[in-house]
Amino acid sequence: MKVLVPVKRVIDFNVAVRVKADRTGVDLTNVKMSINPFDEIAVEEAVRLKEKGKASEIIAVSIGPAGAQETLRTALAMGADRAILVKHDGELEPLAVAKILKAVAIEEQPGLILLGKQAIDDDCNQVGQMLAALLAWPQGTFAAKVEIEEGSIAVTREVDGGLQTVSLRLPAVVTTDLRLNEPRYASLPNIMKARKKPIAEKTVADYGVDAAPRLKVLEVREPEKRRAGARVASATELVGKLRERGVI
Amino acid sequence: MASLVLAEHNNSSLDEATAKTVTAAAQISLPVHVLVAGANCAGVAQQAAKLAGVEKVLLADDARYANFLAEPMAELVLAHASSYDAILAPATANGKNILPRVAAKLDVPQISEILAVESADVFRRPIYAGNAIQKVEAKGFKKIITVRVAAFAATPSGGNAAIETIPPADDPGRSRFVTENLSRSERPELTAAKIVISGGRGLQSKDNFALIERIADRLGAAVGASRAAVDAGFVPNDRQVGQTGKIVAPELYIAVGISGAIQHLAGMKDSKVIVAINKDEGAPIFGVADYGLVADLFEALPEFEKALDR
Ligand SMILES: Cc1cc2nc3c(=O)[nH]c(=O)nc-3n(C[C@H](O)[C@H](O)[C@H](O)COP(=O)(O)OP(=O)(O)OC[C@H]3O[C@@H](n4cnc5c(N)ncnc54)[C@H](O)[C@@H]3O)c2cc1C
Ligand SMILES: Nc1ncnc2c1ncn2[C@@H]1O[C@H](COP(=O)(O)O)[C@@H](O)[C@H]1O
Repeated sequence: MKVLVPVKRVIDFNVAVRVKADRTGVDLTNVKMSINPFDEIAVEEAVRLKEKGKASEIIAVSIGPAGAQETLRTALAMGADRAILVKHDGELEPLAVAKILKAVAIEEQPGLILLGKQAIDDDCNQVGQMLAALLAWPQGTFAAKVEIEEGSIAVTREVDGGLQTVSLRLPAVVTTDLRLNEPRYASLPNIMKARKKPIAEKTVADYGVDAAPRLKVLEVREPEKRRAGARVASATELVGKLRERGVI
Repeated sequence: MASLVLAEHNNSSLDEATAKTVTAAAQISLPVHVLVAGANCAGVAQQAAKLAGVEKVLLADDARYANFLAEPMAELVLAHASSYDAILAPATANGKNILPRVAAKLDVPQISEILAVESADVFRRPIYAGNAIQKVEAKGFKKIITVRVAAFAATPSGGNAAIETIPPADDPGRSRFVTENLSRSERPELTAAKIVISGGRGLQSKDNFALIERIADRLGAAVGASRAAVDAGFVPNDRQVGQTGKIVAPELYIAVGISGAIQHLAGMKDSKVIVAINKDEGAPIFGVADYGLVADLFEALPEFEKALDR
């Protein structure tokens, strides 16, 4: 079974983002970019499935600017076998990403698509679900545990009240949550090996998808800043202040 | 035309997230209808019918909706989509799971986690863990929206809507519920509580969380946690507050042994009053705290509890 892993290049989770002065977006010049953390978890899970003999080939795919090559190299160094870069500059909405991924899936015929639950830049939490709908496949979102069975996959999901386990007929779409695994660090030899693994270059037009944004971003602002308040000297004083304030 | 709100419930009681989503819906398109889909959930429909301003409740009561699986739920919403110009769900695990499927099938974008309705087609939503707020316009197509419920007041009761029973839609049949393991707690629900007290890695162990829990019980508070505390197994996953966990905005938020990473702040910085207890005076959590106590939590928490007795 082939496993397809879509990975997005995003601003590193440790970077403090700055809104541009003209309020058109966020300043991305000279900031550290990384693989979306949830996608790293997805790559790790795919590699583990391959190590357990449940997956035959892992294909990483990224849609984005030339720099997304680096993100794909990260996935290759972790253990993906080959990669596809669908070149695109500019804004992309989740629906367009899902349409492109659908076209890739039709071409590659994976048995499983493993995505992140959420890109930490747009915070949309949409692509996996949209892709599943477009393919008419079942979905297991926010996965904390997956187990491949005969023709199906059991997915334990992080839901509001705790955990829910569903069984999906394959092929299926699964999106990762934080507790699914702890991604490995790529070893130096694997990083070297990854340089020789193939990355196929495509364009959005190759898939015949209209990727034009449908939503219009009118403005991007900084949130209202909270100011630090007062220090208290002891827990007893703290309780006094909270009583004065009427919150306890 | 009208807006449709997908109700959040557990087949016996309506979650407050629904009343908050109705508030957002009413600002976008009137009248507001509520869809209650579940199994043996007629009582929930009655509760939804009491929300002020709701004109109609659609009730789909069928075993296939018992566990709110995305595939059959999305088909049901789609069967009614043509009557509405806006379809909303709270940004709960269910809402996030189901609604993007609806949007994709309708070939329209989804607007995730709106914080405010500026006009019928303009919304504000957070990006980059709430470090930036985007104002987006959605014009010329059906609006599919998830709502950050912490940002909206609940619609009060006082209504008396008609309840219309609707037939189930096709179940694609490719997914099946197996089991669930829900954490039971007598304490208030995290996203609905007036007071939340959260612990982080500084608590060091599951047993030490008792220090937090005792205070929670004294205050009638919910217990939350940082990702680090959940990852370490101190508390179950559903307690995680943050960018990728639950978003809370209580009257009082007490962060204990939590450093204040941006991902954590994203889930609690809209709380009315924030308290931080941390032994590192340079911890970023102090930058958003109204009251900061630099102290060892193992001394501060017992003292806090004692002071509550006085
Ligand atoms: C993709 C992604 C998503 C994430 N989502 C979330 C999320 O939703 N929610 C979230 O919380 N995090 C999230 N994180 C993790 C986040 O980046 C931080 O790692 C995490 O919040 C740290 O948790 P912490 O503050 O408990 O631990 P630490 O950062 O280790 O802080 C522990 C604090 O405890 C204090 N302390 C230690 N001992 C004592 C003592 N005896 N008395 C008093 N204070 C003490 C220390 O001074 C320190 O400040 C996410 C990360 C990623 C990459
Ligand atoms: N441009 C992209 N290229 C590849 N995968 C993507 C892209 N955008 C989103 N994804 C995938 O979809 C997931 C969810 O993204 P989102 O719905 O935007 O929050 C991510 O974690 C990725 O796995």
